Amino acid sequence: MVQSFDRSQGRVGVAAAAAPASEATFTGNRGLQIEEPLIFELGQSGRCGVDLPEPPKVKDRLNGLRRTGEIGLPGLSEPQVVQHYTRLSQKNYAIDMGVYSLGSCTMKHNPRLNEKVARLPGIGDLHPLQPVSTVQGALEVIDSLAHWLKTLTGMPAVAMSPAAGAHGEMCGMMAVAAALEAKGERGQRKVVLAPESAHGTNPATAAALGFTVKPIPANERGRVDLLALKAALGPANGSEVAAIMLTNPNTCGLFENDIIEIAQAVHAAGAYFYCDGANFNAIVGRVRPGDLGVDCMHINLHKTFSTPHGGGGPGAGPVVLSAALASHAPYPWIVRDGEGWRIAEEGREIAGTPIGRLKAFHGQMGMFTRALAYIMSHGADGLRQASADAVLSANYVMASLKDVMSPAFDGPCMHEALFDDSFLKDTGVSTLDFAKAMIDEGYHPMTMYFPLVVHGALLIEPTESQAKEDLDLFIAALRSLAERAKGGQSADAFKAAPRFAPRRRLDETLAARKPVLRWRPSNRPPEDDPLKQAAE
Amino acid sequence: MRYLPLTETDRRDMLHAIGARSVDELFKDVPACARLSSKIAGLPDHQGELEVERAFQAYAAKNLSPASVPFFVGAGAYRHHVPSTVDYVIQRGEFLTSYTPYQPEITQGTLQYLFEFQTQVTLLAGMEVANASMYDGSTAASEAVLMANRITRRHKALLSGGLHPQYRRVIETTARWEGFSAASGKADPLGLEDLIARVDKDTSCVVVQNPSFFGHVRDFSRLADACHAAGALLIVVVTEVVSLGLLKPPGEMGADIVVCEGQSIGNGLGFGGPYVGLFATREKYLRQMPGRLVGETVDAEGKRGFVLTLSTREQHIRREKATSNICTNAGLCALAFTVHLTLLGEAGFRRLAELNHAKACELAERVAAVPGVSLLNDSFFNEFTVRLAKPAAAVVEALASKRILAGVPVSRLIPDDPEVDNLLLLAVTETATEHGMAPLVAALKEVL
Repeated sequence: MVQSFDRSQGRVGVAAAAAPASEATFTGNRGLQIEEPLIFELGQSGRCGVDLPEPPKVKDRLNGLRRTGEIGLPGLSEPQVVQHYTRLSQKNYAIDMGVYSLGSCTMKHNPRLNEKVARLPGIGDLHPLQPVSTVQGALEVIDSLAHWLKTLTGMPAVAMSPAAGAHGEMCGMMAVAAALEAKGERGQRKVVLAPESAHGTNPATAAALGFTVKPIPANERGRVDLLALKAALGPANGSEVAAIMLTNPNTCGLFENDIIEIAQAVHAAGAYFYCDGANFNAIVGRVRPGDLGVDCMHINLHKTFSTPHGGGGPGAGPVVLSAALASHAPYPWIVRDGEGWRIAEEGREIAGTPIGRLKAFHGQMGMFTRALAYIMSHGADGLRQASADAVLSANYVMASLKDVMSPAFDGPCMHEALFDDSFLKDTGVSTLDFAKAMIDEGYHPMTMYFPLVVHGALLIEPTESQAKEDLDLFIAALRSLAERAKGGQSADAFKAAPRFAPRRRLDETLAARKPVLRWRPSNRPPEDDPLKQAAE
Repeated sequence: MRYLPLTETDRRDMLHAIGARSVDELFKDVPACARLSSKIAGLPDHQGELEVERAFQAYAAKNLSPASVPFFVGAGAYRHHVPSTVDYVIQRGEFLTSYTPYQPEITQGTLQYLFEFQTQVTLLAGMEVANASMYDGSTAASEAVLMANRITRRHKALLSGGLHPQYRRVIETTARWEGFSAASGKADPLGLEDLIARVDKDTSCVVVQNPSFFGHVRDFSRLADACHAAGALLIVVVTEVVSLGLLKPPGEMGADIVVCEGQSIGNGLGFGGPYVGLFATREKYLRQMPGRLVGETVDAEGKRGFVLTLSTREQHIRREKATSNICTNAGLCALAFTVHLTLLGEAGFRRLAELNHAKACELAERVAAVPGVSLLNDSFFNEFTVRLAKPAAAVVEALASKRILAGVPVSRLIPDDPEVDNLLLLAVTETATEHGMAPLVAALKEVL
């Protein structure tokens, strides 16, 4: 038994049994991997990380509703806060550290220039409701980005306010509902078609708006089954269809080569074509969705235009709209007005029938500035090169691994390479085990088990941001893992992975069965003097 | 192109390995008629860092920065001092450039701060559980109404006339397209409305704001009782989260769902976004909650760790049966919130709230003494409404031309109600100084 000191409990105990004694340390730390308690276990009353002046004494105007009792927030000094969050940061993998092959999420380089310009005084510190005459530059930024987005997609209009991709889907599908309502067809067209390979947000959005989701199967080439689609749009039930929600390039990383025929069939049936633009990064500057017959498409600025993913947001999801849907864009609209810009709100200032308002204020401005800086840095030539490099890198990964892993489909892919788990058949190693073993090799795993149409899917998106040498090492590491898995006798080692991460595999079943979603004082043991205990 | 590592030689070698002659060949699945053979015309080419930075400095120069002038603008977004540590932490690449913690073994940093965030939110709101953030306060309010509809299986929300008008519009938009009713009360500048009389057996929820859009501070305990007696839920919206340092929390008033705009803590004004929505509720409603949740568990060695949990509510598992379509939330803004609130702690957060209130009391008194200005509020936290002798929009414009940003004319947010034309909202935070208040008072005297 090796003695150890647990900072979160504030006491000395014995090293966890599962770790071999030779690897145990007194602190529980492993070199640079430092165990870190919660702020609630670190705080002491009497400590504070800010210095604020004594408030002047006033007769309060709180209507007798002053808070009584403690809130329960811990007190920490500034150095403690810096150390705490620095240590936590070191438990994360990030784009800045290497290949982050999480397919469909587009983990490309996040330039720091974008962070700098978003924080400039006069941009980052503007209030959304200060007089419009004092924010003309900000409105010009929004209008400039809108111009780029419309030109790159070949679409006549864009709604800038949606806060993320899923919010953009909501916006686009509300616009579809509004267009149907204007034609008196909303009651009749209640079906939304969505391929089985769709992101979960597509059916969730359609269902929230009262549509019935009808899945369209994929064909053996990973594309929409055109015959099944045409049947769904045929004379028998085409008049019930409101829209199709289709991701293109699709979630298998493939371009829907029948896309124009699909759009024509959708329009011929009187329905609309919602394109999920999550994968627009594969085709920027090389294909304009407007040329494919798209009616609306959201653009995830945090994917295609590299605004930081930030541990899960914030994002931004502007929606480009065809002429058929443009008049239904939600307010506010940024309108060029003579010499300047104004913010058009509500019906009376807008010539159209907007769906309404999707969020307070004018959209994710901080994301707009970053995306515009990214776009201006690349320019028309660089954006076209970036999508080419993304597609080239994915195909290079696919070609370099196809003999040891099992590509889900034949032929070139777009920006991501999809494998199924048939190469792991009879090895005792699952997609999950394979992904966890990548962690020990120093990589963030690919997307696992998505899309659902492929068994045990492994979806790799290298993006354009990796040097060839880094891709080569990544490929070599995956080849080595695949060969180890197929060699037999190593399933237990895969199941034990990751071994070198800040945590071993976590018990997700326990977390869901007995949800502990907040720290409570009762979690703290009664013992209160850690130093005294250490002395014992 | 500084962001693209592949050289021409790399590209040639990679094409060779793939067995393709050109990149264009990789795009052969794109119908030929839609393939662009060269870059899109009419757009500029790539630029260096210096050029791009200059362009943004030029944009910035066309705006009036709040930092350089007397500033009293609020109405749902507030200018507070954010400690330097906050920006340092959120710009660490390990936080900035990671994504949703799908692989918990290598995202414990994100998962632990979200667990801390959830705990902080429950403490402020006086509630039992909180999620890992929403887009912002307005969308969180809309999600709260949807959640109440699911829980009560009713379809009629009642919206207070003291609710932020843009929040009201967001809920009404959701109601219109998702098919439920959202009945709005008339704008309530005096804080006198009686919602209890309007709650009935079809009401799914009542949505109130505290302090209200007009600044009034109210106790909603009786309304909560009336809601519960009728089988409805009470949703309390807080757009100025700093107020919770001083005011009785909504949980103690009997709220069932509390949503806040968290921007004031850790997040700059940013011209309206991105911000961070806080969402808290009672434990019994946990499984009807939207958004991501982080839970505590143990790893294979028995060590404490954190994971995303209860994701069977979410779209990527439940698809059309999900509680919400939300995927991405506001992770980095939640981190900014958590770091700032950790720096403040119990003592700092309370003092910050006291300071805001004391300064607002001072300005309210001074402004109310100006001829042509009357204070509408008997109670407020750090924002209050005054009635001017002239239309407020024109007064604000006139003061802006004197480089004073003097608050929000209510008519900007409620454009169709002549009764509010002369009303002005004034917000005062710890950033206000004598050098700001004195010019405001003097300019109001001059203009009115």
